[in-house]
Amino acid sequence: MSASNSINTSASALRNLSFWFALSALLCLLLVDIEISSADPWAELGLMTAGALSPSVWSWPTLLSSLANTFAFALQGVTLAAIGGFALALGYRFTLVRAFCAFIRSIHELFWALLFMQVAGLSSLTGLLAIAIPYAGTLAKIYGELFEEVDPAPANNLPPTTSRLSHFCYSVLPLAWRSMATYTSYRFECAIRSSAILGFVGLPTLGFHLETALSDGQYSEAAAFFYALLLLIGTLRLWLHKRLLPVYLVAVFYYLPPQATISWQLLVRFISEDIVPAPLRGQTIANAETLNSLSQWFSLLWQQQIWPGLVNTVLLGQISLVFTGLLALALLPLNSALFFRHGRFVSRHLKRSIGDSILVLLRTLPEYLLAFIGLLIFGPSMLPAILALGIHNGAIIGHLLGRYTEELNLRDDASRGITLYFYEVLPRIYRQFLAFLFYRWEVILRETAILGILGIATLGFYIDSAFETFRFDVALLLILVSAALNISVDQFARYLRQRLQLKTVPESL
Amino acid sequence: MTNSSKQSAPLFQLRDQRLQYQGRTVLDNLALSIASGERVALIGESGSGKSTLLKALREQRPYQVAWCPQQPGLVPILSTFHNMYMGALDRYSLAYNLVNLVKPLPGARALVEPIAKQLGLEQQLFSSTDKLSGGQQQRTSIGRALIQQRAIFLGDEPVANVDEYQGDALLQLICQQHQTVVLALHDITQALSICTRIIGLQDGAIVLDAPSDQLQASDLAGLYSAS
Repeated sequence: MSASNSINTSASALRNLSFWFALSALLCLLLVDIEISSADPWAELGLMTAGALSPSVWSWPTLLSSLANTFAFALQGVTLAAIGGFALALGYRFTLVRAFCAFIRSIHELFWALLFMQVAGLSSLTGLLAIAIPYAGTLAKIYGELFEEVDPAPANNLPPTTSRLSHFCYSVLPLAWRSMATYTSYRFECAIRSSAILGFVGLPTLGFHLETALSDGQYSEAAAFFYALLLLIGTLRLWLHKRLLPVYLVAVFYYLPPQATISWQLLVRFISEDIVPAPLRGQTIANAETLNSLSQWFSLLWQQQIWPGLVNTVLLGQISLVFTGLLALALLPLNSALFFRHGRFVSRHLKRSIGDSILVLLRTLPEYLLAFIGLLIFGPSMLPAILALGIHNGAIIGHLLGRYTEELNLRDDASRGITLYFYEVLPRIYRQFLAFLFYRWEVILRETAILGILGIATLGFYIDSAFETFRFDVALLLILVSAALNISVDQFARYLRQRLQLKTVPESL
Repeated sequence: MTNSSKQSAPLFQLRDQRLQYQGRTVLDNLALSIASGERVALIGESGSGKSTLLKALREQRPYQVAWCPQQPGLVPILSTFHNMYMGALDRYSLAYNLVNLVKPLPGARALVEPIAKQLGLEQQLFSSTDKLSGGQQQRTSIGRALIQQRAIFLGDEPVANVDEYQGDALLQLICQQHQTVVLALHDITQALSICTRIIGLQDGAIVLDAPSDQLQASDLAGLYSAS
């Protein structure tokens, strides 16, 4: 090939990267079990559909109280997280603070709940902290980045002797405020999902009754709780107004005051004994024998739990990441007026709205719940987890990308349909697509670990078993391993985003 | 150039038209007809409605027009080859187009390469357009119009980003390959030397419409002075 034909396109670099990601996911797919093991998945699906079409409420007080609890945990949790996150964001330029935030958000809310339950039981305090702690880490990161990115011009115009606090209040906070509010309200929607899911480990939210009803095959009753969750999230905009927020806050703290009967003796025992690695308990000085048994304890754990858990988490995470990306690309036209034409009765903007509501609906479904339903249909394998993670996250990214395609400046003579998609839209949004996907990587991996609680052999599976057998030292170690994995992936994704100069605005010349 | 038989059936015709841009009336009571075989230059200050008029002309015959807008609308991460080939997408099947996107096919290359050569882009054929200079990007945009092999060329400042010498050559090329040409130009000398008819726009109306051989540069200078 002559020099004139040598390929030097930005597209080829991105294509190579995508190729390696897809190839790795395919290889992972060969290594995991994705068999449908249930005898008759169609029959189960039929029963579920029948249930979904005939929702029935067996007890209105139960439904309403679990709905109220779900809302209360979410609102309390996000409020506390916003306050804590704000305080942490003020010190976000310190590496230590950033590391602390990365650490607390790398542990999933369900793991936090399992930890607090050992000390504070199935109490309202457990529910509140399980949401507030990881969310504080996430909000601190977002707030901190917003503070760093505000337009420096207003700050430069302040008198040079302005105090730090005045400087912050006059030239940083007002500029970042709107984005902070928007993002916090988005996180509130996520918190409702988290709150509902906390029911799966026993807290009195919608998930508790969903799990019971689904496990018992009471699909009509499950459907009622399911619709209640969709309705709660879907109607937030109608009744959760900014001005009414204080009223709701007073109400949720009055309705569900965060409290727990904590036995101090138990707490001390939990910290000083239960979570200490078994060979070290009661040892005051580290002698050779202790160290020896510690290393045996660890190497056994590594072989039997940590390594297989890590491998499965990474395999499942990689497959789910690529599947999420493919789904996002396939779904994005649903939220883009570019791909709808004016019909005789329905305008293309109305068609787009209908398309987007499908994406919003898919996004509203918590992946944990989807995976649970998938397990009931397909039987235990990694298939339900892949589907659940892909659908939830694919819908989120597809929704965002679809909206961005409408900002593209296309020529009047641009092609249409599939050709338009592949020649004009996809190349222009591809960097942005990768940026979103890599941003979501950490979240997908966190969720992958947690799906282990449902019986898929990721880290969560071993963590859950450790809690069930009261081996809290093992549970804590495994939680720390999963945190380390999430932090490393987050760092790697950040490196890739910088390396590939991934942008969050659509490109055009 | 313009003989009576061709003028009898105008290619573009506007009668008492009001043209708007983003909800604002740019040109009012517009009456204009352009015959096949004419080479028309639209002259006027920026904002005088040249682009709006070109857009209106394109809408009259969207499938006969090779379109070369002011913003080239190239896809940055794709190669010059692909950006030029995009002018021919409607001539090939969907499957052919998709395969060609991943691996340039011989047929498509045979179509694009001669035109790239004429435009001096053969070295950049497989570089993405975000790595090209402004002038190269503009030539790519012209290439995309040439690929369409249409009888009519509508160009909005098609050579604004290249030097005068190159610009003249490019305009000659465009005129050779199209029967009818309508160009928005800001270079008066270029307009007079290339085109057969000059239309001057000012304050929302056509203030001048004459064969270029009856005009001199000084006649057009008034179109640019502040009134």
